[in-house]
Order: sequence, then structure tokens, then C-alpha cells
Amino acid sequence: MESLKAEGVKHVFGIPGGANLPTYDALVDADFRHIQVRHEQGGGHAAEGYAKASGRVGVAFATSGPGATNLVTAIADAMLDSVPTVFVTGQVRTELIGTDGFQEADILGATLPFVKHSFQVTDPRQIPEYVHEAFHVAFTGRPGPVLIDIPQDLSRADIEYSPRTEPVDLAGYKPSTEGNIKQIRIAAKALAGAMRPVLYTGGGVVNANASEELRGLAGSDRFPVTSTVMGLGAFPASSDQWLGMLGMHGTRAANYAMDEADLIVAIGARFDDRITGKLSEFAPHAKFIHIDIDPAEISKNVAAHIPIVGDAKQVLPKLTREYRALQTDPSRLDAWWKRIEAWREEYPLRYEPGADGEIKPQFMIEAMHRATQGDAIVTSDVGQHQMWAAQYYDFEKPRRWINSGGLGTMGFGLPAAVGAKVACPDDVVVCLAGDGSLIMNVQELATCVNEEIPVKVFLMNNGYMGMVRQWQELFWDRRYSSVEMGPSPDWVKLAEAFGATGMRCEDSADLEETMTKAIETDGPVLLDVRVSPEENCFPMIPAGAAARDMVG
Amino acid sequence: MEAGTPDLVKLEDLHLPGQLSGRKHILSILVENKPGVLARIAGLFSRRGFNIDTLAVGPTDDPSISRITLTLDGAVHPIDQVTKQLHKLVNVLKIRDMEPEETVAREMAMFKVSAAVENRAEIIQFAEIFRAKIVDVARRTVTIEVTGSADKIEAFERMIRPHGLVEMVRTGEIAIARGAD
Repeated sequence: MESLKAEGVKHVFGIPGGANLPTYDALVDADFRHIQVRHEQGGGHAAEGYAKASGRVGVAFATSGPGATNLVTAIADAMLDSVPTVFVTGQVRTELIGTDGFQEADILGATLPFVKHSFQVTDPRQIPEYVHEAFHVAFTGRPGPVLIDIPQDLSRADIEYSPRTEPVDLAGYKPSTEGNIKQIRIAAKALAGAMRPVLYTGGGVVNANASEELRGLAGSDRFPVTSTVMGLGAFPASSDQWLGMLGMHGTRAANYAMDEADLIVAIGARFDDRITGKLSEFAPHAKFIHIDIDPAEISKNVAAHIPIVGDAKQVLPKLTREYRALQTDPSRLDAWWKRIEAWREEYPLRYEPGADGEIKPQFMIEAMHRATQGDAIVTSDVGQHQMWAAQYYDFEKPRRWINSGGLGTMGFGLPAAVGAKVACPDDVVVCLAGDGSLIMNVQELATCVNEEIPVKVFLMNNGYMGMVRQWQELFWDRRYSSVEMGPSPDWVKLAEAFGATGMRCEDSADLEETMTKAIETDGPVLLDVRVSPEENCFPMIPAGAAARDMVG
Repeated sequence: MEAGTPDLVKLEDLHLPGQLSGRKHILSILVENKPGVLARIAGLFSRRGFNIDTLAVGPTDDPSISRITLTLDGAVHPIDQVTKQLHKLVNVLKIRDMEPEETVAREMAMFKVSAAVENRAEIIQFAEIFRAKIVDVARRTVTIEVTGSADKIEAFERMIRPHGLVEMVRTGEIAIARGAD
């Protein structure tokens, strides 16, 4: 507890059980807040939401066995989205380890592929040291989840805690952050020679808190900027240099620009298959500058001509400075912008407006933007609603868009909103949920009510697992298989049963007003919005196709 | 700006280094001697689809540090990606991709060969040519210990196999850099 406090921990999410009883006993006297969640997966995602909203390390506790295995999805999620998190699990008593004791699970073994690092405590005196090392590893370099597994008998041992005076120093862990200046100079010169450049940014820019530095680089010339779903908000959507998101459900302007670019600067992005589509036809004319804090990401999927290992916050200002010193002629990009403008004009994001009060999902996102003045922290589940929000919400600032991009975890949104609201109590936190996803962690509504965490759940209810339905319609001959959600539950009654406020909206004319009312209502609110059931999310690059073959 | 460098880098002058080396690589890896380290390394290899050809683990002159020597095929895997992924493991301290010309690599193998009275002399002669040692003799078999490069061991195997190879045990290669370093 003392070591957690020394790390500046103010909030922990979790559930007690047999193997972490000593930890929970100590919590009674600890002066940080423990949020008692209703399922360990919810606790894990809440820790992620907390970390993503605040930029601090999120912490979740679970007991041994099922408590720990319930955390696994959240740990894997935090790994793929590089979320700084520390998970502390209880373990059976030392003498029971390996005997298949009650509630024993080898959580360290189970999570090896999903953790940045993990610690098995074998001596109580290791606990403070491991806690400090865990926070250091989770937070620095490319952030990620760290697990500490503590057997019950060791967590109840009384040990002396002496505050740490030395910074953590791990022989096998030395992230490079500065970026090689020679490489940065070559990159600047390559940028100066580019006629069709694109800045392709990702979650690394958000993690590095490098939005301002990104705007600096983009503003040093008229570089077009696009981003992955993880990087939204790092560059303001209102800028005329913003092309929109790229990738499977990105804009045509962004994807076509990548397709025709001669130089792509990847910043904190990792060329995921949702970005590249068919790898062999991805950006066929481009050379690549790849800036990333994780050297293993460079040339993993797409080979980089100019690799730069470093923290975006440190590298981007140097690159901007070197580029400015070259005093290039900005008019050389005129032809490129003319081409981009033509795509923007010909292929804007658009949808058929709903008739007779029908609520189109895209309209719902636009209404949500108006009702929140575009300034809410929006968490989302995974599916069509997530992509529509990414397309239509127009994020202006980083850490306002919290979603599960890498693992694509349905049920992420509500617990992540719990974490975000705890981290940022003065902000409006909206969970944009899908009806397929929300049910997966709906138990956290009880957490919202009991712990007085007033998140606003805006449920985009189309009665389907919409994205799967869309794929079955488009690529499986409309043979719908297990995608209908049916009449259960009655979401308004469910919200009320939890002690939250339930609302429903079925008419587009009332939507914005109802949303405003939901935001103004005290306490947690679930607003069930009935949207067009079979609307498809377009445009899209079919899986395995090339960007230029976008459909819809 | 550095003297002598042009102001602009022409994009057509940017080229990619080759990804696959096409040869066998020996990686010498120093790791912290902590429980689970081998599981982390083995797990990383299987998860990323890298195929280890041989693996040898042993202590170093420092009891807190172990050495893992592994060989893999650079024609199949981009070695650079393998070493970068290994480096991300916090318990991995140092990785050296051993340069073939500057490395002494050795492996030990034991061959149990059927040796009837009539061909026993011939087998012993082979062993002498390869500077191998007879370490066990039974009524129908002899066991031979061979030390050398992987090539030498494979050559010995080819020679001895026609006589009836009962069992073969190999350690996998270990390697050390030549010279003072």
C-alpha cells in the first residue's frame, strides 16, 4: 500500500476474494479510493479508461483463479493498445502453488503473451521493489500492462517499507526516447523532397502527449494529416489539413492519399492490417519514415526507409526544426492539395437522411456532438457505432476518444467510462454503446450507481450485432446467423432496476434534446436510442483488399 | 547541417536493406537468471512463428546471469525482427548475433551405434578420424562422443548411419567470439 501511494496512486478498481484478503484489509486504512466493480473484466477496462483519460497508470486488483482469469481480456486489451496499467492479482498460499489448490490458476503463465512484463512475488520483501518496477515499466517507453502476482501468505506478511530514493534502474530495460539526430536530418531532407507527403499518425502520439508537437510539424508546411482510430483527437478534426481517419472505414481522401503518396511519415502507428488492407498493394508509390518508441514496430509489417526510434514528443520538435531550416517552397504541395481537394469534394462522408423521424446512426453521432459541444470524453464499445463515432464525432483534442482499437473488445465502453469519469470527474463522460456490446459488461451500471459515478450511456440500439450483420450481408450472401439481439432486455427497465435513469428516444426530432436532458440529469443515465436496424457503415475497404478498392 | 551532405534527399535514392540474410544465425543471449525467463523466450518464438533450430542454456561466470544460445534460419525469419522482439523482454540483457567469421561455435553429440564384432574396428577408425571418443562399449553397441561444429557432427552422422544408428543426442551449438572481445 505504501509503495502504491508512493507511486501517486489515487484510485484502484477491483474485487476482493480469498487470496487477496490481506490486500483488501490494508485498503480499509489506505488513503486512496477503491472502486468496487462488479466483474474483474470491468475492473480491468476501468483501469484502462482511467489511464487513457488521465495519462496516468491505471490499477486493478483481482483475487486468484477466476478473479485473475477474468482480468485476462483487459490485460490483452491493454497490451494491444499500449495502455499503462498495473494489475495486482492474489495467488493461493505459497505451499499450495502447483497443487491445483482451490481457486488456483497460473495467471503469470496464462498472461505471458499479453503483458509487457510480469512479476511473481516469492518473498514479501520483493513487493515494494516490484511495485515500483512495475509502474516504471508500465509507464515508460511504449506503455503496457504489467502484472504482479502475490501469494496470499506473502501479502499478509508485515514488512518494513522504506521510501525509495533511487530511480528504478532495470538492466534489461532501457527505452530510447530521443531519436537519432542524423536520421532525423535525413528524414527532414526527404520530407523537403517529397511532392505527395502524408503524415500517418497513431495512438503513440496520444500516449506521448505529443499533440502540440504534431501540430508543429504539420504546420511547418501544409502536410496532410490522417490518423488511425487510436490516434483520433491528437490532430484537430477542424483543421483544413485533416483528411479524416484512414483504414478499413476511413475516408476516401485519407486512403487515396496514402495510395498515391510518395512519402509517408508514420508517427506512433504500427501498420495494422485494418490500415494497410492488402499489404502487397499498400501505398505502392511511397517511401516510409517510421517514428516509433518501440524499435520492434519499425519494419515489422511495412519496411521503413528511414527508421527513427524515439518518443514522438522528443522527435517531432527536432524534425520540425530541421525541416524549417531547409526553407522549402510550400507551393510545391499545391498540386497534391488540388488532388486531395478533388477527393474530398467527390467523396465526402455522407448518408441518406432518415425519413419520418427515423434515426440514422450517423445522425445520432452528429446529435451527440451537438449535445456535448463536441467536448465530451467519449468511450465506445466495438462495432459499427465505434466506426461511425470515429467518422462523425470530429475529435478536437487528445484523450477524449477512448476505445478498444487493437483487441476490439466488445463490452469495453461502459467500464472504460467508469474509469474515465473517475479520472476526470469534471468532464462529461459519454459511453457510446452498441446493443451487442453493452450487455457484455452491463453489470458495471451497478458500479456507476453504488459508487456515484455519473456516466451517460448513449446506446445505439439497432437490434443487431451490427458489424457482424453487415459482413454477413455484404460478404456472406445475407445469410444472417446469430446476429439478431431480439427483444430482451428492456433497456429502460434494466437501467431502472440498477437504480440508474432510463430513457428512450425513437424520433430524430427529439434526439438532441433528449441527449441534453440525459446529460443534465443527475447520476448515471442509460439512453436507449432506436436507430435504423440495417444501416451499413461505409465507406469500407473489404478485408484483404487494397485502399483503391474501397466500396460504399 | 553537416558539411558535404546535399540539402535534399531524393526519394528515389532511398532503398531498403534486405530483410532475409539467407544464412544460419547464432544468437547469444544473456538473460537474468529468474524463473520463467525461458518460458517467455519460448513463448515469444512460438507466438511470432519463429522456428528455433537449436537451443542451449547454461550458467555464465556471473551466477545471476544465464546464457541462451540459439540458432535459427535467416532464410526464413528476419533476424532483425527476432532480436528486436527479444530485446523487449525485460529479463533479456544482451543479444549478440554472432558473426560467422569471428566466432568459434561448438556442439557436442553422442551416437549410439550398433557394433557387431565384424564392423567394430571400422567404427572405431571413423571415431579416430573425427577425433571422437568412445565413451561406452556394450555387447552390441558402442557410444561415441563427438565435439565440433554442427557441420562436423552432421558429417559424422552421415558416415556412421549406414552401420546402424540406434540413438543420437545433440546439445545444440554454443558459441564464443574470437579474440579479446
